Amino acid sequence: MSIFEYNGSAVVAMVGKNCFAIASDRRLGVNLQTIATDFQRIYKIHDKLYIGLSGLATDAQTLYQRLVFRHKLYQLREERDMRPETFASLVSAILYEKRFGPYFCQPVIAGLGDDNKPFICTMDCIGAKELAKDFVVSGTASESLYGACESMFKPDLEPDELFEVVSQALLASVDRDCLSGWGGHVLIVTPTEVLERTLKGRMD
Amino acid sequence: MECVFGLVGDGFALIVADTSAVNSILVHKSNEDKVMVLDSHKLLGASGEGGDRVQFTEYIQKNVHLYQFRNGIPLTTAAAANFTRGELATALRKNPYFVNILLAGYDKDIGPSLYFIDYIATLHKIDKGAFGYGSYFCLSMMDRHYHQGMTVEEAVDLADKCIMEIRSRLVVAPPNFVIKIVDKDGAREYAWRESIKDAGVAATA
Repeated sequence: MSIFEYNGSAVVAMVGKNCFAIASDRRLGVNLQTIATDFQRIYKIHDKLYIGLSGLATDAQTLYQRLVFRHKLYQLREERDMRPETFASLVSAILYEKRFGPYFCQPVIAGLGDDNKPFICTMDCIGAKELAKDFVVSGTASESLYGACESMFKPDLEPDELFEVVSQALLASVDRDCLSGWGGHVLIVTPTEVLERTLKGRMD
Repeated sequence: MECVFGLVGDGFALIVADTSAVNSILVHKSNEDKVMVLDSHKLLGASGEGGDRVQFTEYIQKNVHLYQFRNGIPLTTAAAANFTRGELATALRKNPYFVNILLAGYDKDIGPSLYFIDYIATLHKIDKGAFGYGSYFCLSMMDRHYHQGMTVEEAVDLADKCIMEIRSRLVVAPPNFVIKIVDKDGAREYAWRESIKDAGVAATA
């Protein structure tokens, strides 16, 4: 099994009408053994910027700590939060620094830009950015997620509808992947509020 | 094969480890203590490569003590766990330690907690966990019988059930186990479960 499949993960982000959704599964495994069913893969950078890190859990934790450090420094110097596009470039640069000894993570970045316009992007483990207008996926269940999101996604969904779409896409995809699942964690972020919900799916 | 497992109960945390020091097919000793008392209210159960286990856990213990000497107050369990993860993570891409760790502690305001730290520095707070071949039996046993807020008697009973499973179902089952507990009164040895006692030294003529 590849190193990206060591812990098992599924992360997806979707754009809605003046909002975005970011969701992940909750399983932490070691190869085929499940260690925990409440693992957090989505981290908050600031109120309107979230990053989901799939792949090797130890590198996700290390990378998250480095990114929080860089963002706090940025906040001290610039006296404001980082824009999502800037943050995506930062993550890309940090990942490429380790080009010949990479962090085995595939980040999914989702945020609300200056005028509350939703921004999502993903990148591979060495920082190749992929911007998208509709949805981005990563993790061991990524192929299933591509299919589910492609069929269920519609542009300009309201937060409630977006929640439904993201939840159904996530649960349907992780059910076909033995390394991810055990429920889901969904965050819907609008300019005024953040809705965080836990999903109960097939617990296996 | 080394087995370490642990669980959190009502106001305490338990760590159980086997006590065999093995090299290939040879058992050096059957009373090797693999659960280190990190400080007054912390336990560190470690399994993995022999030299790494002793060296790394002693390194963590000394640094935890150093923090206490320098700052006058002890580290919280979460802080100690994150420090341990940091050391493993830094060493991972240079000179990795092959040690899996269960860190249990009791903090006055937070209560008992148990942390799972993989040899590749994956950190997660858990209620029950296990490492080694024994984990295949212990985790299922604990999934069946564990519930929130177990008393000490219930928890030790569950630990005994896990030990019975390991002894009966694991082909190279370690014979002896040590049970250590940490609660508001501190970290201490609770009991040994021995099925083979080390032979005494024979008298010389």
